Amino acid sequence: MLEALQMPFFLHALIAGALIAVAIGLIGPLTMANRMTFMSGGIAHATYGGVGAAIFFGFSVLAGAAAAAIVAAAIISFIAYRHAHRADTAIGIVWAVGMAAGVIFSDLTPGYNVDLMSFLFGSILAVSVTDLWIMAAFDLIALAVVWFYYYDFTALSFDPVFAKLQGVKTQLLHFLLLGLVAMTVVLSMRLVGLIMVIALLTMPSFSSERFSNSLGRMMLLSMALSTIYIVAGLFLAYMYDLSSGASVIIVAAFGTIALFLIESMKIKGFSR
Amino acid sequence: MIEYAVELEGVSFSYDGETVLNDISIRVEKGDFLAIIGPNGGGKSTLLKIMMGILKPERGEVRLFGKEPGRNGPSIGYVPQETGRNLDFPITVMDVVLMGVLHKRNIFRRYNAALRAKAQEALKRVKMESLSGRKISELSGGERQRVLIARALCGDPDILMLDEPTASIDFSGQWEIFELLEELNRKMTVIVVSHDMSMVMGFAKHAAYVNRSVVMHTIDAHTRYQIKRQLGGHEGHYCGAEFWRDMGKKIECNEECRHA
Repeated sequence: MLEALQMPFFLHALIAGALIAVAIGLIGPLTMANRMTFMSGGIAHATYGGVGAAIFFGFSVLAGAAAAAIVAAAIISFIAYRHAHRADTAIGIVWAVGMAAGVIFSDLTPGYNVDLMSFLFGSILAVSVTDLWIMAAFDLIALAVVWFYYYDFTALSFDPVFAKLQGVKTQLLHFLLLGLVAMTVVLSMRLVGLIMVIALLTMPSFSSERFSNSLGRMMLLSMALSTIYIVAGLFLAYMYDLSSGASVIIVAAFGTIALFLIESMKIKGFSR
Repeated sequence: MIEYAVELEGVSFSYDGETVLNDISIRVEKGDFLAIIGPNGGGKSTLLKIMMGILKPERGEVRLFGKEPGRNGPSIGYVPQETGRNLDFPITVMDVVLMGVLHKRNIFRRYNAALRAKAQEALKRVKMESLSGRKISELSGGERQRVLIARALCGDPDILMLDEPTASIDFSGQWEIFELLEELNRKMTVIVVSHDMSMVMGFAKHAAYVNRSVVMHTIDAHTRYQIKRQLGGHEGHYCGAEFWRDMGKKIECNEECRHA
């Protein structure tokens, strides 16, 4: 198993995994507390449209994906805020139309046969050194934003109406948060995959919420759990030649269930 | 000259074309303890939110201490309805109360020691100072409501506005919350949306019955005293049926009550 560490591509994958875990740990708890999981799903699937367009027009996949993700985040944030009662519908539309655009673009690309599935489910082979630098830069930006707006995000998550009364710019924060989700999705695309990343935004957050008494602690715990799940999933993917994203998610699912059972027993044991 | 905390003139509001409030004009004096009562869906919460400036009326004018409700007006202490929406969110009592001074943070958007002391002080006023490090989900409904009141007090409000603060609390908890509000009312205006008629009649000075339109009632000190005495004698078991039964009994008025 350890000979894997001598493979540069696997080392890249591991480093990428740790860098992604930082972003996931920061953004996942906020996504969950603000009930943005479905919105994140919409963004992730719409991003596929950007991937398809990039392949068809022949520009950088990362740029195409980022542009599509940000546009999707803006549309969803706007509708969720202005027409809350139809947000659900709008997300569903963005979700499917983005995906459809991606499929059509790749259908139209002549002679294109790179495994598009790898964008959806992740590939252990796909991370380049440039990707690592971009991920590291994004982690720093995400850390700075979350640190600066920490109490604003806390207030937004716990009680948005009260936060707004206190002068917190809730609409801006809502969009900022979805923008961070969009970038997290895009940067996780290679390793974890567009579809798989959604589960990674939710599962570690779900477990860590129960063991935390502050948003900050919840984020740190989520980072730790995400790192464990991603690293374990990558080894699994390497050993059995599996899709990396899918392996990570299955590991995460087992971890989440285990933690849930431990927590339930703890509550029963002390019967608070 | 009478100073008004809240003035509404010809205010109308509708959701999706359905009128919720129609041409409402009321004035709430400074120092009043107003209860907003009425059927579900009658527009109680909407009225409160219009008074605060969270909702803008379609027609009519709203003034809060003579000014348009907004950020630069007097500070509003808002206590929202307990919905349990984010009960699992990991946050301590202290951090919830600090939300009341969000707008006073420093340039790094952090709370300083003075603000933390203020939050602790607010917790003391609602007798919750010993629980400041607890996670909010570990508290009872009544305790949580006290924390939300402390959060509102933390910002030094001129007016306290509460939306169904006792909706999910047992009798003695309700009684304690209303006693607290009565005490706070000595220093500030209190407006509370409630459907606990017995509490309203025992504590509020005025009641606004809202059902698309508004009818104002005055609850005089005599009535309040009598009802409170009735409530107090029932040791936590005073349901609506008992309340109305007792309403039918002749209430004798003694010396103490005449001067209440």
